[in-house]
Amino acid sequence: MAIGKRTIRVDAYDKVTGRAKYTDDLCDKNALVARIVHSTIAHGYVKTVDTSEAERMPGVVKVLTCFDVPNRPIGTAGHPWHLEAAHRDVEDRLLLNRHVRFYGDDVAVVIAEDDVTADRAARAVKVEYEELPFVLDVREAMEDGAPQLHEEFKNNILGHTSIYKGNFAEAIKEEGLIKVEGWYDTPLVQHCHIENPVSYAYMEAGKVVVVASTQIPHIVRRVTAQALSLPWGSVRIVKPYIGGGFGNKQDALYEPLNAWLTTQVGGRLVKLEISREETFYATRTRHAIRFHLTSYVRPDGTFVARKFAAYSDQGAYASHGHGIAAKGMGAFPQLYPCDNLECDAYTVFTNKPVAGAMRGYGIPQAMFAGEAHIDDIAKALDVDPLEYRMRFVMPKGYAENFSMNVNYADSFRECLEKGMEEFDFKRKQKAYANQTGDIRRGVGVAVFWYNTGVWPISLESSACRMVLNQDGTIQLQMGETEIGQGADTTFAQMAADTLGIPFKHVHVISTQDTDITPFGTGAYASRQTYMGGFAIHQTALQLRDKILKHAQTLTRMPSYNLDLVDGYIVRTTDGERLMSLGKLATDVLYSMEYSEHITAESTYQCNSNAYSFGCSFAEVEVDIPMCKATLIKLTNVHDCGTLINPALAEAQVHGGMSMAIGYGLQEKMLFDEKTGRMLNDNLLDYKLCTTMDHPDLTALFVENAEPTSAYGTKSLGEPPTCSGAPAIRNAILHATGVAINETPITPHVLFERFNEENRFERLKEEQEEMQAQPVGAGAR
Amino acid sequence: MSAPQYKTVNFTLNGVETHKMIDVRSSLMDMLRDNYSLHSVKEGCAVGECGACTVLIDGEVFNACIYLAVWVEGKEVITTEGLTGPNGELSEVQQAFVDEFAVQCGFCTPGFVVAAEALIRSGKTYTRDQLRKNLAGNLCRCTGYENIINAVETALERHHAAKVNAKVE
Repeated sequence: MAIGKRTIRVDAYDKVTGRAKYTDDLCDKNALVARIVHSTIAHGYVKTVDTSEAERMPGVVKVLTCFDVPNRPIGTAGHPWHLEAAHRDVEDRLLLNRHVRFYGDDVAVVIAEDDVTADRAARAVKVEYEELPFVLDVREAMEDGAPQLHEEFKNNILGHTSIYKGNFAEAIKEEGLIKVEGWYDTPLVQHCHIENPVSYAYMEAGKVVVVASTQIPHIVRRVTAQALSLPWGSVRIVKPYIGGGFGNKQDALYEPLNAWLTTQVGGRLVKLEISREETFYATRTRHAIRFHLTSYVRPDGTFVARKFAAYSDQGAYASHGHGIAAKGMGAFPQLYPCDNLECDAYTVFTNKPVAGAMRGYGIPQAMFAGEAHIDDIAKALDVDPLEYRMRFVMPKGYAENFSMNVNYADSFRECLEKGMEEFDFKRKQKAYANQTGDIRRGVGVAVFWYNTGVWPISLESSACRMVLNQDGTIQLQMGETEIGQGADTTFAQMAADTLGIPFKHVHVISTQDTDITPFGTGAYASRQTYMGGFAIHQTALQLRDKILKHAQTLTRMPSYNLDLVDGYIVRTTDGERLMSLGKLATDVLYSMEYSEHITAESTYQCNSNAYSFGCSFAEVEVDIPMCKATLIKLTNVHDCGTLINPALAEAQVHGGMSMAIGYGLQEKMLFDEKTGRMLNDNLLDYKLCTTMDHPDLTALFVENAEPTSAYGTKSLGEPPTCSGAPAIRNAILHATGVAINETPITPHVLFERFNEENRFERLKEEQEEMQAQPVGAGAR
Repeated sequence: MSAPQYKTVNFTLNGVETHKMIDVRSSLMDMLRDNYSLHSVKEGCAVGECGACTVLIDGEVFNACIYLAVWVEGKEVITTEGLTGPNGELSEVQQAFVDEFAVQCGFCTPGFVVAAEALIRSGKTYTRDQLRKNLAGNLCRCTGYENIINAVETALERHHAAKVNAKVE
């Protein structure tokens, strides 16, 4: 069995030795270099672009502007194509834009012979604008008379969906209800993969070839072909190893532009690598969402009616658009079921960088608001927030009609129990109940909800190819991509397991090349282990059948008495190894009678989804006068079904927890209100977590095999980012009694909130009381 | 615009003396990547923030992106490629990174491997907190640093255990 083992990654050796090749490592050093000229206003029209000085510079090959690009709007979101137009992504931007909608929008491109020339020429391009008023705030953008970003979206509302159930207005008339309401704010943050987006493009064999750091090669091929109005087969995308993506590279970022650039210089090789600064403001972000939540509960805690409103900041272009806020809203009625609901989610354009997919896709935002709100309810009722969750969070057997998901096991309670025990939660909760002094500790908990993949909203389909080599090893090809999470390794484990060959006999072809690789939509929605698993399982069975048919001829035994075990043809009646798969493969391929190159390839269309649940426990130490919250301990517990590789699963969880810590305490994109320009577009001023910002991270699992899955798995890629920030927030509430309803919870935020709640005065009073008491009376 | 100026740089690279005519404006990172195809030296920010381009210069940790190539004249430079043995044997740090699952996307890995190598070569022991402090110049978005710290701790333990064993023998 290859499944369930802590198998070393297939790419570990190449990555620790520096041999693994990423996009820029593969690009010829004499490639032409492209540099983008970005807008220096937040909103307006480009009147003129003076390229004359740039064009005069030696080494400049071409300068192209927003007046040169094809007039074919594109939608950049990394979603599968939809056969029905109504379900397609909004197409609202050109390769370069005359109507610029944020500070940093793409206006022109310089192509030069080297980096230095490209930089100088880009600075020499003079752009004249007709400026328009701009709006940065999501609620202001919705008001009548606010600056309009896209004509067809009135009041800048890109999307508005609702979930209504029961009768809210009637239900709240019940006497004795307790109303809890609050606004909860989440920040604009960035993915910060260490490899910036990079691609290079050239023409060969009549095709446009783009080698790119992307999570979604097959989707980028489609978007690129659409942007250039080319037949889809005329575009070839190659995806080597990539230096992280986290959803940012689940968008066609600059690949379509890069493809167009090579066509403008006769198919010559053009590299387009953007800087860290550009990655911050000119790629994608996580939607900042502002929530207003209201709950009416009975004194016993039961929910009577709930209201949810979300205002999601889309930035300047649609990208993944309303999908994020809609997903966040979708979790709300499911997590704590309630009969009377009014839920509305709005996604609104503003003149800010474009929000897209980011690890968690609306759920980190929704969990921050929802799980902070649960603690606020528990506080209002004066009950233990952990016990409150234990009582009211989604019960076992809960079924959801749209996704057809069922909570088969009692995942939430099992995860909470496990985490509570490891964390020593109850003891700490008690010990920190009555603290005095400047420095206080607190513990908090939060749960999360997650789906697996995108069915039934979009297509879920995965294809796999297996090719048998003469030595009995196989090549495994998937359209699903390795982006660091360890997909290649888990795919190999699954293939080895079902086929019956040793793990080392599976050669995974890590690179996707849309000319060669079977179709797969790529790395997003935490879908690949689940979706890819079906295709691998099905294809392995087909390959095994073909092998055993030949084995019948070669061993003179009926195929139903044969099996493939650990790379050998085994007679099941007595367990005798009759021949190695290597010998079979060689004999069959070179046979003068029945030669066959044994391969299998198949597509599995998945029409199911799966719930993936878990929770976070956080312990903080808050220095009240210093307004500083320090994370002491963080534990995540996940039920993502059967673990294919427990070590890789833990590693996934660590990374997600780290992102959650940044989200809770440190990270935020800041903007100049006067210009709309991003202020902290670098890794010094944008506070990405370093080794110093973390306590040790604990990742635990409850393994309830998912019954709908080929290998018992369900999503894990994104879930670890979802519940950390609210657990930290709830721990700060426990430590200080002050509810912080926004992230990141920086000293600035704590200072303001402590002031509002008179926390400094109360601290003084508490200490004076202490001193007034006789010696020994207040000692703990 | 002035024409580029070129200069010969003589230095030791991964144990081998070498010289190269380079554009004086080149960073060490550019020279190592473009002139020597040492692709382990990664660019994540180009301004000394992320540590993906970490190399050893005369045993000290530097960001190659903000170090001019001409400054390595007469010095000894080591990249991740130089830590691997002649037959592809992994160094103690590299092996520990493999064993402890400290690798995900792998883009920050070579920089971390080099930064950790400096700690091994110091001959000192480090607490976990000291390791965190010493590795704070390298950013990673995939791992939460947990397995990276574990790997460096493992490499140090193995290294010091091997030293003790060598003395006993």
